[in-house]
Amino acid sequence: MVIAMLFIGAGIVASVSERHEWLLSLHKPLGIAILLLVVIRLLVRLTTQTPPLPSNLPYWQILAAKASHYLLYALMFAMPLIGWAMISAAGDPVMLSHSMQLPSILAADAETFSFLRKAHGYLAYLFFLTILAHLAAALFHAWIRRDDVMQSMLHGKDRR
Amino acid sequence: MPDREPQNQQRPPLGGSSLATRLASIGLVILVAATAFTYVNGTLDPQRLTPAQIVNQLEKSNGSFPGYRRNHPKGICVTGYFDSNGAAALLSNAQVFSSGRTSVIGRLALPTGNPYSPDSAVPIRSFAVQFTQANGQQWRSGMNSMPVFPVASPQAFVDLLAATSPDPKTGKVDPAKPPAFFAAHPETQAFLTWVKTATPSGSFVTETYNSINAFVLVSSNGNRQAVRWSLVPEAGIHSAADVSAGPDYLQKDLEQNIAKGPQRWNLILTLANPGEPTNDATKEWSGPHKTVNAGALVVNADIPQLQGACRDINYDPLVLPNGIESSDDPLLAARSAAYAVSYLRRTSEVGQLTTAPGLEKQP
Repeated sequence: MVIAMLFIGAGIVASVSERHEWLLSLHKPLGIAILLLVVIRLLVRLTTQTPPLPSNLPYWQILAAKASHYLLYALMFAMPLIGWAMISAAGDPVMLSHSMQLPSILAADAETFSFLRKAHGYLAYLFFLTILAHLAAALFHAWIRRDDVMQSMLHGKDRR
Repeated sequence: MPDREPQNQQRPPLGGSSLATRLASIGLVILVAATAFTYVNGTLDPQRLTPAQIVNQLEKSNGSFPGYRRNHPKGICVTGYFDSNGAAALLSNAQVFSSGRTSVIGRLALPTGNPYSPDSAVPIRSFAVQFTQANGQQWRSGMNSMPVFPVASPQAFVDLLAATSPDPKTGKVDPAKPPAFFAAHPETQAFLTWVKTATPSGSFVTETYNSINAFVLVSSNGNRQAVRWSLVPEAGIHSAADVSAGPDYLQKDLEQNIAKGPQRWNLILTLANPGEPTNDATKEWSGPHKTVNAGALVVNADIPQLQGACRDINYDPLVLPNGIESSDDPLLAARSAAYAVSYLRRTSEVGQLTTAPGLEKQP
């Protein structure tokens, strides 16, 4: 869903056809759906234990794993909020469909809009790069180290 | 989940060639994902027309005026209201069409690319209107005083700009290019015929402003009706320009007219006949058409655009309330996409507007 959103976002800024309109109409409700899901996910994450990393993992890799997780959560949470805020700051009605409207969360202001709109774009690239790094690291665990990490990512905690 | 053996101990290290293959596989997966992304965002697809390219071409043709709209940069903010008579409520369930009053922030402008153009530079005037319904939904419409658009597609629009803009080296338009473009684009004929007879008017308030693009009205029972709309002035007929009032005579005329009293236009909806094409802004809908007068748009105040509420509004034609939808006209999505780029660029430059000396005066 998140990856789809990044691709949809990239498509929006690069097309002038009806696809632009269609992608934008997908992007907004999906963003709010992700925001709701990420709140649930954060609650789950905070109330359950995460599977331990392999005990022999080098310190820098543990650090990278933790940092990238914090970054992924922060971006999943921030991106929909920034999107919502930037539409508000533009003075546009926040329409999720032809009839469904959310309240504005910021007063209209040109400079605030411009800051948030740029942040939304740059953070999307950071998000995509972080996901690529996450993917590469997961494959490194699966194919090179051949440890339990990929298994625990895909199937949840292994209770024996 | 299948039972598994504990696998906490490290596996034996991979051999050199096996390690290389696996590392390369990871690299390949990442490369494919990154390539897909750069294709979608247009980097690997230079043939594709992007919103940024449209705005780049406008900037190339017009020159750079930081903080201003990339098209129609010279304008005046107006405020007022729309009094709906309820006649269009059967066609569309948009709140703006039920009987009653909707507040309006508009912008009357000159369709050139330079905020310092004299008002006589082009015979066209434009009116952008934002209706804010009581339920918070909005309807934004950018209208022009010409009856048709010169071209039907976004690419043709960019090509038209390129063919009619000055060469950066000579500072002049290559005389061979515009005729070549118009010859290759016979759809421009209706516009060219109109523009030959059009003269710059002396007033914003005597002009008719047309949506040009088609839209679709959706009624509460789901009926869909394609329409175009126009703001038709109640003020007298077209007057010649008072050039003695200087290059900004439209603004002076507007101030004088509004000082005398509110200025009114009727919002006329023209209903497409069954099967009529809605995707070609270069063609007028000819022959008999049903029209509906939806009510009166009233303007009762004007304020310079740098101080007015219209400055920070992106008059995106696809900001529509429930009950009005876009049509299959390809210009609509392109306008929406390009306006968004223009809006981001100019909102990033508003600091330069307020610190510039003389505000509206050319340095």
